[in-house]
Amino acid sequence: MTTHDSIDTTPQNDPENNWRHYFSFSTDHKVIGVQYMVMTFIFFLIGGLLAMLIRAELITPASNVVDRPLYNGLFTLHGTIMIFLWIIPFNAGISNYLVPLMIGARDMAFPLLNAISFWILPPSGLLLISSFLLPNGTAQSGWWSYPPISLQIPPGQPINGEFIWIVSIVLIGISSIMGAVNFVTTIFWMRAPGMTFFRMPVFVWSVLSAQLLQLVNLPSLTGALILLLFDLNFGTQFFKPLENGDPIIYQHLFWFYSHPAVYIMALPAFGIFAEVLPAFSRNPLFGYRSLAVASLGIAVVSIFVWVHHMFTSATPGWMRMLFMVTSMLVAVPTGVKAFGWTATIWKSKLHLETPMLFAMGGAAMFLLGGVTGVMLAAVPFDIHVHNTYFIVGHFHYIVFNTITMAIFAAIYFWFPKITGRMYAEGWGKVHFWLTFIGANLTFFPMLPLGLQGMVRRISSYDPRYQGWNILASLGGFLLGVSVLPFIANIVGSLLYGQRASNNPWLATGLEWTTTSPPPRDNFEEIPVVKRPPYDYGDPKYSVIEPHDYHQQEN
Amino acid sequence: MANNKSYESMNRGVIHVDESPIPLERWRQYLPNWLKRFLPVRGGRAEDHHGKAIFGFTVFLLSESIVFLSFIFTYVGLRLTHSKNWLPPGISGPELSIFVIINTVILLSSSFVIQPAENALKHHQLNKFRWLWLITICMGTYFLISQGIEWKNLDFGLSTGLVGSTFYVLTGFHGLHVLTGVILQITMLVRSFRQGNYEKGHFGVSATTLFWHFVDIIWVFLFSLLYLW
Repeated sequence: MTTHDSIDTTPQNDPENNWRHYFSFSTDHKVIGVQYMVMTFIFFLIGGLLAMLIRAELITPASNVVDRPLYNGLFTLHGTIMIFLWIIPFNAGISNYLVPLMIGARDMAFPLLNAISFWILPPSGLLLISSFLLPNGTAQSGWWSYPPISLQIPPGQPINGEFIWIVSIVLIGISSIMGAVNFVTTIFWMRAPGMTFFRMPVFVWSVLSAQLLQLVNLPSLTGALILLLFDLNFGTQFFKPLENGDPIIYQHLFWFYSHPAVYIMALPAFGIFAEVLPAFSRNPLFGYRSLAVASLGIAVVSIFVWVHHMFTSATPGWMRMLFMVTSMLVAVPTGVKAFGWTATIWKSKLHLETPMLFAMGGAAMFLLGGVTGVMLAAVPFDIHVHNTYFIVGHFHYIVFNTITMAIFAAIYFWFPKITGRMYAEGWGKVHFWLTFIGANLTFFPMLPLGLQGMVRRISSYDPRYQGWNILASLGGFLLGVSVLPFIANIVGSLLYGQRASNNPWLATGLEWTTTSPPPRDNFEEIPVVKRPPYDYGDPKYSVIEPHDYHQQEN
Repeated sequence: MANNKSYESMNRGVIHVDESPIPLERWRQYLPNWLKRFLPVRGGRAEDHHGKAIFGFTVFLLSESIVFLSFIFTYVGLRLTHSKNWLPPGISGPELSIFVIINTVILLSSSFVIQPAENALKHHQLNKFRWLWLITICMGTYFLISQGIEWKNLDFGLSTGLVGSTFYVLTGFHGLHVLTGVILQITMLVRSFRQGNYEKGHFGVSATTLFWHFVDIIWVFLFSLLYLW
């Protein structure tokens, strides 16, 4: 295994890295991964723009920036885009890029299906965003799209925002299921010789757990949305309470997917932490086997917790008790993971490069997100803060401060592998601190706001809530500013960055044994695995010294 | 990289490196045989395209059964909580007529026709495969036509209360799957005439067979729930 091969061709002149490649129906999992990542990042910017409009509206108690229907559309599409077009597809993209490399495969199991599942996404996303242009605006019932609110459409409007919303989400769901079939088959069938399950990196375990969840749970959302579509446009009565229907059933079906969706988003992020933290603390991952199994444990437990979103939906008492217990049980495997990360960096010399900063920041923020989650699992507390900003603060601590931080960590960590160039460290640190401060400034005030009783999804509120809201809005704009150094860094490094070696971090793992960027078939010859992962106690992996890691040896 | 520091001071100790030859995966020995055949030993089976594709297709079918499960959950939930208003006045609901029973028998027995067809193809008996396959196509088509006639003769429509909503959506979604299965079967039959050595790659036939079994099993549940309850 050579760790330092210089790359002869620049990424721009390399036919493999021709930019036209990324607009074609390519079946190369690396191209598809990059397509996913770039496209979802564009959607992330759009969703962030909507969020900043929401925050601008909430600076003052009065409703004075956007009118109410548009505000409803803003938070609906902000949630929908951030979940269905940013985090979940980005995880699919980074998994697409890394999983075959990590398990020593030449490509995914079904390359053509892979390409199809990517190319479903851009049309669906454009369809979703274009619904703003409809005469009555976009969907306005929140990303839950609960009936009967979502069924209140102006008469004589078969093509309305809600209809477009349902169609695009169903399409995105089909794409996700295709991807999930692909990932599960890849991980089960395409591993290199010797790559047993307990030699796979934890990231691969996390992806496997997340994609199994997609397989088991996502169809229930598809089913619910098909029934909702029939209610909306074809006069059926499944969820119409005035005509004997039962909207609670929609909530069950919806949350049967959408709670595991949180874990579909979070598990790859946990996997990223497990990859990044050992590499920069030069320590083997603590309790590798437990962390791997904990991924599956989180997945299995999370299937049985969906009713905790419906504690105030006339749920019977026994069900509340049952799901309170299961929801708190999720904390057990999750705690295993958190303590595993902590023990990994325990007593080690930390090398605070940007990926490590993001990973540590995300893991630390996960503490607050997780603890507020356990608070919310308790029924009495949940009844008090249900539908307030406490909920919003809690899940933004998870989805932004944990998962998006992990995503940025992954981008910085694998950027040299993907592009063959090294990013600018200083700008990366600027990006981290802006993000970290901005995120906490945005989402921490939401917790006291919720405890004081500010309801979510409203555009005007009681003046006594204004102080915290101003803070949150300032943080939101800071977050908006924080992506600028990131974009500049990525684009600039892509064009003028220093050439990166094959293994700039001296990390373990099969993806670092091949060139940066990898060739079309990933490996010259399929490696035979004889070692456990995270082998950082081995003399071969010497210590990273700052400003030393990207120097070439010829 | 020039690195003169001693690594012992930086790393917390040397890990025992397992350099032994590739171990078997212990957990496989506790699995039943049919599952062992389904799961590859330890990677390195990437060239088994047929097994891989069948695995993927089975996983997809498991996923799709959840859609039906969500519909069935809706049906059962509505029926249990709204039993009083289940049937609008003057509507008797779906009837268990002799035609429905014949239809069900035809569809379920087609499973026992399509499996020998696939086995015949595995044993390179191309003619037997084609005849049995054609019989299956006829059975599926009969089911579709008969169900269409049944829909036409029923005295309630899609928006007639809960019974109409659930009945038409459940049977319609299942019928869509039957239609898909028939189209797949016709495609495979045409392909078997057009390709020279068709016995080699018959993943399509295996997948269609699996899909057909899946559709039949779903029908057992739907029939019991819609007609026998």
